[in-house]
Amino acid sequence: MKTSYLETVLAIAGKDLRVELRSRELISVMAIFALLSILVFSFALELDRAAREETVGGVLWVTLIFASLLGLNRSLAQEYDLGNLDALLLAPAPRSAIFVGKFAGNALFTGLVGLLLLPLMTALYGMNLLDGRLILTALVGVFGFCAVGTLLATMTAQTRAREALLPIAMLPLALPFLLTAVRATKGILTGAAEWQVWFQLLAGITVIYFVLCLLLYGYVVEE
Amino acid sequence: MTLTSERAIIEVEQLSKVYGALPALQGLDFSLARGEFVALLGANGSGKSTLLRLLSGLSKPSAGTVRIGGWELPREAMAIRAQIGLVAHRPLLYENLTARENLAFFGRMYGLQAADCEARAKTLLRQVGLPRRADALVRTFSRGMKQRLSIARALLHGPAVLLLDEPYSGLDKSAADSLDDLLAAAQQDGRTILLSTHQLERLPPAAGRALILSRGRVAYDGALEASELAAIYQSASA
Repeated sequence: MKTSYLETVLAIAGKDLRVELRSRELISVMAIFALLSILVFSFALELDRAAREETVGGVLWVTLIFASLLGLNRSLAQEYDLGNLDALLLAPAPRSAIFVGKFAGNALFTGLVGLLLLPLMTALYGMNLLDGRLILTALVGVFGFCAVGTLLATMTAQTRAREALLPIAMLPLALPFLLTAVRATKGILTGAAEWQVWFQLLAGITVIYFVLCLLLYGYVVEE
Repeated sequence: MTLTSERAIIEVEQLSKVYGALPALQGLDFSLARGEFVALLGANGSGKSTLLRLLSGLSKPSAGTVRIGGWELPREAMAIRAQIGLVAHRPLLYENLTARENLAFFGRMYGLQAADCEARAKTLLRQVGLPRRADALVRTFSRGMKQRLSIARALLHGPAVLLLDEPYSGLDKSAADSLDDLLAAAQQDGRTILLSTHQLERLPPAAGRALILSRGRVAYDGALEASELAAIYQSASA
């Protein structure tokens, strides 16, 4: 008896979706945090249009990364606190499939919060963020840092100080995403052609991080 | 007690586990025959949970070998996992899923076909006395009900070996008695059972053999009804 790779991924992602639809513990916390964050930034940065174009990318990505940290912490803590990570590891399923399943749920929830942020920020900041290129950049960025976040949250969920430890471990690793995503976003908003270069860098970093996380997950969950 | 490979389903040789500088298990040698029901006794910290985690493949040995059903850990862990059902301290269930949804999820994780899984889940829910709570969320269950559902989860994929870590903890007499009935039925189905407990006064009636651990070593391996068992246990726990 052995579970297929795809079946494992779908089972875990489907389970996470079902649990979240029932409890709304992750998305509600992430969305409320993200909303408050962009509101605070909009009051704090009373900027003219040129200054807004410079800063709105940073606001978007910092908000999204901090919101995802909240969700990642909760998502893996739910597995660890009730011993369910052990239950997943007991199954005759590839470790990397368990990683992809958990990652898929986390990326879906963070991606939804990101998609919610774009129209809200369009309204609040008076700039059109509902651009296909920006949505694509947001999804690629979310994909990348949720991969790193899923791996790190699995490690920190087993510690007492996980709420503090995850940001400390995650933020240095999220810097390449933050830097490239902010530059790509700024390029899209200002109409600069260089956004493509930053987007390609972001996509490259995302692929490398995802593959590394996939390979390392088995070592992380086993002693 | 060691057995020949044809009869033994669990074979443990010179098994050791060290956490940092702290030895949790030291040179364990024992084997379990197919269909045998063994009570694993020992005080808190004697190494019972560590041994069960090693046997279930959740932890890797520092030294020694573990073979289950002829496969060796950790090299053939994937094949062994399909043979193991674990009932741990914690129920290993999702609180925001119903009993039926939990079993359906774990069935998929073990590669069961949907129709087969549904039929097995229905039978097991009846066996553990939860058919009327099949569609209730697990978070509404009592400790005893979660324990019974946990046993259904552990048996869902038809494992040859059932490992239970302190399953009587937090159960009242009635729940503990129904657990005994379930375990006796599982043994009659031919499953090998290793159940850990630190309560000498609450031993599973169907168990025929005791394995007492003391400070990570086997202090006793023999008949459960031995008259000197209590004295050995007290001495090992001191």
